[in-house]
Amino acid sequence: MGELFVGIVARRIGRFAGATAAQISAINKKYATPHIKTTPAVRAALLFLRLYLLALVGLLVYKFVTLVR
Amino acid sequence: MMNFWARLFYNWRRVWKALKLYGIIAGPGIIVMVADNDAGGITTYAATGAKFGYSLLWFLVLLGPIAFFIQEMTVRLGAVTKRGHAESIFHGFGPFWGWFSLVDLILIDWLTLVTEFIGMTAALSIFHVPPAITVLFVILIMGTMIVRGNYWTWEKIALFFCAVNLVYIPCAFIVRPSISAILSNGLIPHLPAGGFTNGFFFFLMANIGTTIAPWMVFFQQSAVVDKGIQEKDILWARIDTFLGSMFTVIVAAFCVIVTGTLLRGVDIRDAAEAAVQLMGINKYLGTLLAIGLFDAGLLGAICISLASSWAFGEVFGWAHSLNSRIREAQWFYAFYFFALISAGAVVLIPGAPLVLITLFVQVIAVTLLPASLVFLILMLNNEESMGKYRNNAFQNVANVAIALAIIALSTMYAISTLFPNWLR
Repeated sequence: MGELFVGIVARRIGRFAGATAAQISAINKKYATPHIKTTPAVRAALLFLRLYLLALVGLLVYKFVTLVR
Repeated sequence: MMNFWARLFYNWRRVWKALKLYGIIAGPGIIVMVADNDAGGITTYAATGAKFGYSLLWFLVLLGPIAFFIQEMTVRLGAVTKRGHAESIFHGFGPFWGWFSLVDLILIDWLTLVTEFIGMTAALSIFHVPPAITVLFVILIMGTMIVRGNYWTWEKIALFFCAVNLVYIPCAFIVRPSISAILSNGLIPHLPAGGFTNGFFFFLMANIGTTIAPWMVFFQQSAVVDKGIQEKDILWARIDTFLGSMFTVIVAAFCVIVTGTLLRGVDIRDAAEAAVQLMGINKYLGTLLAIGLFDAGLLGAICISLASSWAFGEVFGWAHSLNSRIREAQWFYAFYFFALISAGAVVLIPGAPLVLITLFVQVIAVTLLPASLVFLILMLNNEESMGKYRNNAFQNVANVAIALAIIALSTMYAISTLFPNWLR
């Protein structure tokens, strides 16, 4: 009885995960081409954002490491 | 004489018609701006007043135009493109930035929702209401607001809660502050008695941090789309946003006046503590402050949970309108209730790290805020999609300056939260 229940739940989770993955892949395909005109200003702004996020993630990791120690 | 009365009647009809039109379009701007004064915001204002008295009132007045300039862009973007902010980022910048923004937004919104529940349970605990009852009550109110499947109903109830947020105005009159002290000490830009200290800078950053939150950008753009605001309505939607920015400043200033008058020099950790302290001085005042805090948390929760559901619905292509009934937009409403119930449940867990969550929100918010502001400005300069509604030179100068200032100050605020000894 217990195994049957676990089997049903596992199948349902598997189906849900598969459907979600398919949906995510469809979304990625739909928006694959960015529609913003890539001017130097846009490129510079996106580069700034990447560097900013890297610095922030670096700080968070540093804080985590110092906390764990 | 007849001509005079005819002209008067004609002008009155014209004004009445304009007011009726505004009444139809008003909503998203006022709601998002008043909800900006959420539980965290009220705590910041209460602590600012207690620490610096009226000295920072002039700074709060400056925050109104700042919030207006940023939020006004979401009005134009939503009205022209008919896309919510999450969908706009996917469409404009592709899946990488799209997923980054969506996942970050969901995380920040959920954590902020927890802080709203912390504020609401703390406010009602003053009246001896157990946290579980508060959480159930809030879920019931928020469920009732959307169950009709009608944006109009939801908006009017939200506007009622916005009106309750004005409770700080009578509070300020009850405490009878010195008008001359407010004018000379508060409204003329100056540094407080101790000068430009680290503590003063921390409060400046905290007040900036509460002015613009990432969820506000996502919420207002989605609300503009859901309400069906068109290009021709942009002027009225701008007026709505402008009035909202004035309300947010008024509420913040009156809250500072209350604590600045009665609790000057008292170290306040949160607004509920301020309400308890005020209860000892004047029980009506403490009661009103607690009601205001509960209402602020509720308004925040109303907007934040919707911002997430709208964003997810837009990207996944689910029906995502408040005009859809529950069976027509099951995933949209399921997400709404899931966020609400799970955030409420966290507050009820004994020993949950609520202080850590409150601090963590400030840090995580700055990972999304710069991205959403930069994307907003870039999309508002895209001539192809915005046409004549794109930013002009003045708007670009003002918005870029505001965005850079907000990014710098909110980043420093987050860093000072992570490493308290670095900046304080």
